[in-house]
Amino acid sequence: MHHAAMTPDDTARLESGIAKILQRYPADRKSAAMLPALRLLQEIKGWLVPEGVKKVAQLLGTTPERAHEVATFYIMFFTEKPGRYVIDVCTNLPCALRGAEGMLKYMETKLGTLAGTNGDKYFLRETECLASCGTAPCMQVNEDHHENLTKAKVDSILEKLQ
Amino acid sequence: MSLQHPVEKVVTRYWQHKDQPTLKGYKSRGGYQQLAKALDQQPAAIIETVKKSGLRGRGGAGFPTGLKWSFLPKDNPKPKYLCINADESEPGTAKDRFILENDPHSLLEGIGMACWALGAHTCYIYARGEFKGPSAILEKAIEEAYADGIFGKKLLGRDYELNVYQVRGAGAYICGEETALLESLEGKKGWPRLKPPFPAVVGLFGCPTIVNNVETISTLPTLFEKGPEWFQNIGAGKSGGTRLVTLSGAVNRPGTYEVGMKTSLKELIYADEYGQGLPPGRAVKGVIPGGVSAPLLTGDELGVAMEFDAFKPLNSMAGSGGVIVMDDLCCMVRSLWRVVRFFAEESCGQCTPCRDGQPWMTRLLRKIEEGRGTPEDLETLQHVATSMAPYPPIGLGNTICALGDSGALAVHGFMKFKKEFEQHIAEHRCPYGERPWGAFGDFQ
Ligand SMILES: Cc1cc2nc3c(=O)[nH]c(=O)nc-3n(C[C@H](O)[C@H](O)[C@H](O)COP(=O)(O)O)c2cc1C
Ligand code: SF4
Ligand code: FES
Repeated sequence: MHHAAMTPDDTARLESGIAKILQRYPADRKSAAMLPALRLLQEIKGWLVPEGVKKVAQLLGTTPERAHEVATFYIMFFTEKPGRYVIDVCTNLPCALRGAEGMLKYMETKLGTLAGTNGDKYFLRETECLASCGTAPCMQVNEDHHENLTKAKVDSILEKLQ
Repeated sequence: MSLQHPVEKVVTRYWQHKDQPTLKGYKSRGGYQQLAKALDQQPAAIIETVKKSGLRGRGGAGFPTGLKWSFLPKDNPKPKYLCINADESEPGTAKDRFILENDPHSLLEGIGMACWALGAHTCYIYARGEFKGPSAILEKAIEEAYADGIFGKKLLGRDYELNVYQVRGAGAYICGEETALLESLEGKKGWPRLKPPFPAVVGLFGCPTIVNNVETISTLPTLFEKGPEWFQNIGAGKSGGTRLVTLSGAVNRPGTYEVGMKTSLKELIYADEYGQGLPPGRAVKGVIPGGVSAPLLTGDELGVAMEFDAFKPLNSMAGSGGVIVMDDLCCMVRSLWRVVRFFAEESCGQCTPCRDGQPWMTRLLRKIEEGRGTPEDLETLQHVATSMAPYPPIGLGNTICALGDSGALAVHGFMKFKKEFEQHIAEHRCPYGERPWGAFGDFQ
């Protein structure tokens, strides 16, 4: 479990980052900073480690339950350690009309993983519309956006993931 | 096919200039002059101009912007907020993202003008979490505006403080609904609020709040430069200005285009400037005209203009400008399944008809698509949809927010192709077999 522990350095980064974020909110509304604060924690630790979520709640003057509730509501937050590469493939209607279902299958075969399964290296998942409907199909790899995808493009993107 | 009415550019006017996203480039084309002029006017005069222009919200509902602004109580001593909705996640819609990428300062200048008119000293821009690239461009523009003395303690040097902050979401379609957006901005999960009260009266942190879409606000500099009469005149009926639409699906040239209010769906799909039609031999079977929440139209209804009110007689809506084209090789059952599954995934779970109805309809559709459906399933499907939201007209839903209606409306709309659903049931299979996605459905 040691990767889940908050080091003193992690905590210091979280504290100073949250102090900056709080300047954007009314003084009596600290808990409003929950999303940016959790995002910061995820940037530091790679995912929302329970100890860190508790720390966020404490720094924002709210309960760990409130923080956990938010952490589990949004799909970009990971309350369990995700694979090194989170690959989000849009399969909504406009993308499906441009080959997204075939693309997902192609990637499942190529990566040897089924969509929805979190592995050590890859976490391939289906996601909803990513605002590339006119430049479909598309996907995001660790939040980096790729659109107008073809087999050749997908191959070259996946090759770089080591 | 050529265009019947030439289109004046409002939103995409300067996108061809590579330096438009920078403050320097933006200023070289007259940027921030309209904000300066606005600050010499009384706030009430600005609201009046917006009312006169016929500007209507581009976020989905087409609500008159000036009218919305005038709902802000004048005697409330609490601070007022402007929130910009940059959550863009309605399937079919990819436009606000391009405003942030190509002309972020037009949004920021519009924010300055709107906040002055509304008496707001703080604006939050809520951008969807997946917008890593667009958010970085916007953040840079905000920093430039602060460094240049546009925002901060003195708005463009005047005695008026304005702070503008970008807040990033974390992946939840529902946070585009304005009250869910406010909940999320308050640091909570995105559960829509029961209305009334509306945000204009009780919004962010319990204070009067206006929520506007990115495109709505970024039209303001050009609207004020050219005047409300011009803006109204280039529009049609009660809809001023132009529209940014995203054309997707089975067309030769999908993309995001600025069209006129008089431009028809047919022109959008077939004109050389836009979609350039379908491949040889293919015809339009169905079109979703305003993001997947808008009821489906058939290939016979393409004469409709892109103006907001024109969709009403067809019992559909202009919505968020996401035009999705399905050709005659595309399976309507499979398409509807994708759409309803989306709403099932994105339901916030707060009210029963939506939380239970959307997954139920999704399962029924999957069953029918896979050839396991019965005539009773089709009846149940329609019955569930009707109990969530009867149709027509649009707006009769039984849920806290319109996401509930959206799944139901999708089902109702696709019943224009009920025969295809019956065929699946009768033949115990999808007639399109392994290729249900039409002319462009193969991955290559
Ligand atoms: C489920 C749902 C999702 C929505 N998503 C968005 C969105 O992503 N962006 C947006 O601007 N409006 C969205 N809206 C509409 C907003 O609630 C609101 O009407 C709009 O932001 C107001 O801005 P406007 O008047 O400038 O259009 C959504 C509405 C619903 C019911
Ligand atoms: S209609 Fe659906 S998304 Fe809207 S509040 Fe109810 S459960 Fe949530
Ligand atoms: S449907 Fe895939 S990006 Fe919109």
